[in-house]
Amino acid sequence: MNSNIVEIDNLSFGYKGRMLHQGINMVFPRGKVVAIMGGSGSGKTTLLRLIGGQIKPSKGEVRVDGQVVHKQDREGIYKLRRKMGMLFQHGALFTDLSVFENVAFPMREHTDLPESMIRDLVLMKLNAVGLRGAYKLMPTELSGGMARRVAIARAIALDPNIIMYDEPFAGLDPISMGVVCDLIRTLNDALGATSIIVTHDVEETFRFADYIYFVANGVVAAEGTPEELRNSNLPFVHQFVFGEKDGPVPFHYAAGDYASEMLGSDL
Amino acid sequence: MKSGILVALVRGFRMVGRRCIDGIWRLGAGMRLFWLTLISSGESFRRFHLTIREVYFTGVMSLIIILVSAFFVGMVLGLQGYHTLQKYGSSEAIGVLVALALVRELGPVVTALLFAGRAGTAITAEIGLMKATEQLSAMEMMAVSPIARVVAPRFWAGVIAMPILAALFSMVGILGGYLVAVPLIGVDAGAFWSQMQASVDWQHDILNGVIKSVVFGVACTMIALFEGYDAPPTAEGVSRATTRTVVTSSLAVLGLDFILTSFMLSV
Repeated sequence: MNSNIVEIDNLSFGYKGRMLHQGINMVFPRGKVVAIMGGSGSGKTTLLRLIGGQIKPSKGEVRVDGQVVHKQDREGIYKLRRKMGMLFQHGALFTDLSVFENVAFPMREHTDLPESMIRDLVLMKLNAVGLRGAYKLMPTELSGGMARRVAIARAIALDPNIIMYDEPFAGLDPISMGVVCDLIRTLNDALGATSIIVTHDVEETFRFADYIYFVANGVVAAEGTPEELRNSNLPFVHQFVFGEKDGPVPFHYAAGDYASEMLGSDL
Repeated sequence: MKSGILVALVRGFRMVGRRCIDGIWRLGAGMRLFWLTLISSGESFRRFHLTIREVYFTGVMSLIIILVSAFFVGMVLGLQGYHTLQKYGSSEAIGVLVALALVRELGPVVTALLFAGRAGTAITAEIGLMKATEQLSAMEMMAVSPIARVVAPRFWAGVIAMPILAALFSMVGILGGYLVAVPLIGVDAGAFWSQMQASVDWQHDILNGVIKSVVFGVACTMIALFEGYDAPPTAEGVSRATTRTVVTSSLAVLGLDFILTSFMLSV
């Protein structure tokens, strides 16, 4: 068995004539928590969509469990996706279903388990994220952090091999952030899964990730363990890790000469 | 000066061309969704409770507006019909006039227009928001086809609900016409009902009306579903899509009504 569950090989992707990724190489070893970091708009979420087969690469390939994702037919892609669980940025809970039904959804769709077993499994999953008591609530009655946790329970409903998290900490208060951080690590180790986290939260990620990739300008700008990256001398990594305003990533969006633009009347 | 006019002309042509291409593209995309909905229908029929649930939301919840409108349309038909018929001394034919106008034309057409405004917009907004909040993507990533789970049940619910709503519209409309013509104006009740019974043909009037309402059901529901599915995932995108649903559905219903009527009258 290949030790890497996901492999990204020389991947390029772009649309409307703009290349977002240009020759990205990444590996995600089984059982590890790997983070993909980078600024907003650097194509991190797109990488998750490429792994999930929602979009096709322009060049190169993504292999999940040894199978090239974009060469699969619909049936093949769905088969691969049953090995994956994904947490979307804002949870993406089904608003017309209760918390219980949201977590039960993948079980009802993909298994023929009896109702009593679905009930027990859903309550176990909800207990794992600390929300067993909230099973009756509707998604609109949940706080942002609770919704994220319910979405995690739904993502792990079928005990996936790969769990993908898209910006799991965005918009959370420090307590919820800590809870989600711990959950990602605990669930990964308990399920023996591989976690792929797309984020730009440095502090939290450096605390629990095993390996980190930095994506910038369409390529992997740096990679390593949190310790290696903290001590990195690369200007981009330094700017990102220590949150410096200006550096290789400029503060100003590309623009013409300031003085002549202010003195002129055209825009 | 001349070149200015030329540039304006070229720009105008370009705009017309772009709109035509956009229209054809949307028609093609709509047909593709229609086809995918049809081939996914088997999967959604297996979970028929989803369709039944949507029949409730699109059909039962539209009942009040449909029935109240039908009642008033029937009463107005009664008044207008009597006003004209009495000039020719044939006010007993009021029952036929009301019934034929409702069963052949107003029942299916007005029901479809009200359906587009009440249920069509709700479908578009719901699916557009599901897309904007990544619920459809989440479903895809759970290896569940949103077309089979979300689109197809709503499509069949619309197709089932429309003829029933149109039949109820005609029924309540006739009742409204009766109340105005018989108790209010004093037309003979026996003449009202017997002339209606003698003149309304099962195949040419009632069956053709049912065929119309089924066709309108397919058109209105499919337009609402396509607009929602195709909506840009933003507040503005969903609002524009909702407006387009009403405009396109209304035009489609009126255009299709003309085509269907000309076929039906020529047979």
